[in-house]
Amino acid sequence: MMANVTSVPTQETVMAKIAVNFDLCESNAVCMQVAPKYFEVRDDDFLYILQEEIDEADAATVQEAVDRCPKQAISIEP
Amino acid sequence: MRYIAIVGASLAGYRAAQTLRREGFDGTITLIGDERRRPYDRPPLSKKVLAGEAEPESIVLERSGDDLGIEWRLDERAVSFDASGLALSLERGGELEADGVILACGARPRPLPGTDGILGVHLLRTLDDSLALREALTTGVGPRRLVVVGAGFIGAEVAATARGLGCEVTVVEALDRPLARVLPPVLGQVCADVHTDQGVDLRLGAGVDGFDTDDGSISAVRLSDGSSVEADLVAVGIGVVPNTEWLDGSGLTIDNGVVCDETTLAAPGVVAAGDVARWPNRRFGESMRVEHWDNAVSMGQHAARRLLAGDGGVDLVYEPVPYFWSDQYDRKIQLVGRVGPDDQVQVIDGSIADRRFVALIGRDGQLVGAFGMNRPPAVQRWRTRLEEGMSWDDALALASEGS
Repeated sequence: MMANVTSVPTQETVMAKIAVNFDLCESNAVCMQVAPKYFEVRDDDFLYILQEEIDEADAATVQEAVDRCPKQAISIEP
Repeated sequence: MRYIAIVGASLAGYRAAQTLRREGFDGTITLIGDERRRPYDRPPLSKKVLAGEAEPESIVLERSGDDLGIEWRLDERAVSFDASGLALSLERGGELEADGVILACGARPRPLPGTDGILGVHLLRTLDDSLALREALTTGVGPRRLVVVGAGFIGAEVAATARGLGCEVTVVEALDRPLARVLPPVLGQVCADVHTDQGVDLRLGAGVDGFDTDDGSISAVRLSDGSSVEADLVAVGIGVVPNTEWLDGSGLTIDNGVVCDETTLAAPGVVAAGDVARWPNRRFGESMRVEHWDNAVSMGQHAARRLLAGDGGVDLVYEPVPYFWSDQYDRKIQLVGRVGPDDQVQVIDGSIADRRFVALIGRDGQLVGAFGMNRPPAVQRWRTRLEEGMSWDDALALASEGS
């Protein structure tokens, strides 16, 4: 949750990251539909993470992808 | 608002609690659930948990770091509600008076008439149900003979899992096709074919007439066509009933679910979400009650936001494109949209014969759904187009471009 992010500006802000448990992922592609900037399931049926670090403006969208994953395979690492 | 009570400690209720905290609500949240367990995920109950491929601990919904500060009332049941005073009576725990109430009390499986007291007849809703069915499917001498009553998605998944465990499986369906009230015939047929491909004895258009028992245990199911199927076990999947009886006299409108407005509000300070909630979905111009996992998540979240918004929430219209998936054997079935048996169907990618395809579904010149088998990314792309709205002709034109 963004509440834990420090408001002190630093040169290298530590960004939250997407983590996928590929043992659980079954490529349902819901994440891709919710957050296409970050997730893509290609025609080989594998999930590709397009961008690991979550832009602050997209935090709610990526959280939505986490919540809607039918296999609960995605998490956000602070 | 300082005190919110949530009735129902499953997916919709838990996601609602999570959303209240994310939205900054720092008052008390009481979560009332009639099972003794913390919230868990139900889809694996007919798949990996039933197959023995996932441990019960792996399906809990709480994640490490989910510190929601919930006041849990588990193994507890709300028995009456007064919507005007936001007052709940609990079976064991007295009365609660909240500032806001979220109704997420779900649905329960419809029992098969005439099976009362017969051993070996299983319903499937809870983790305990799943573990009991698994035990029954995997003990005894020789392959268990399972009769599944109802070829809906739960029945179909139980049949698939049981085949995987080596059981002899018969599926009995009163209608002429699986999902005949939901899907156009060609799609219902392919849902039937994936089972016959795998050696399931599928009896369509056959009602259940009665049961034979041996020493109190099921021994055969008698069908309306005069035949009889020997059985060690019966699994019943003939639909669910929303849990609304306890709301009689609450002041809420009950009509096959808790009736809400377009925003999920059922009364001032009362919202509903998940299997129990009926609301007019503006996108489809239709009152609906959706029993799918994805709706429990998004409606639970929406209802929490709607409750917090109070009088300012009248514009928070809930108009999702429903999404559903089912895993059977090595097939992944996905459906987005709101479809009916009389809708048009056009296969646009792959082939039904290969059991790997995407079909668009249309009605009155509009795209209303997409159905896929083993084509998840394509189905999800069509979900976006359904959310944006698209005519049938535009959808077919886009499909012919190969996108």
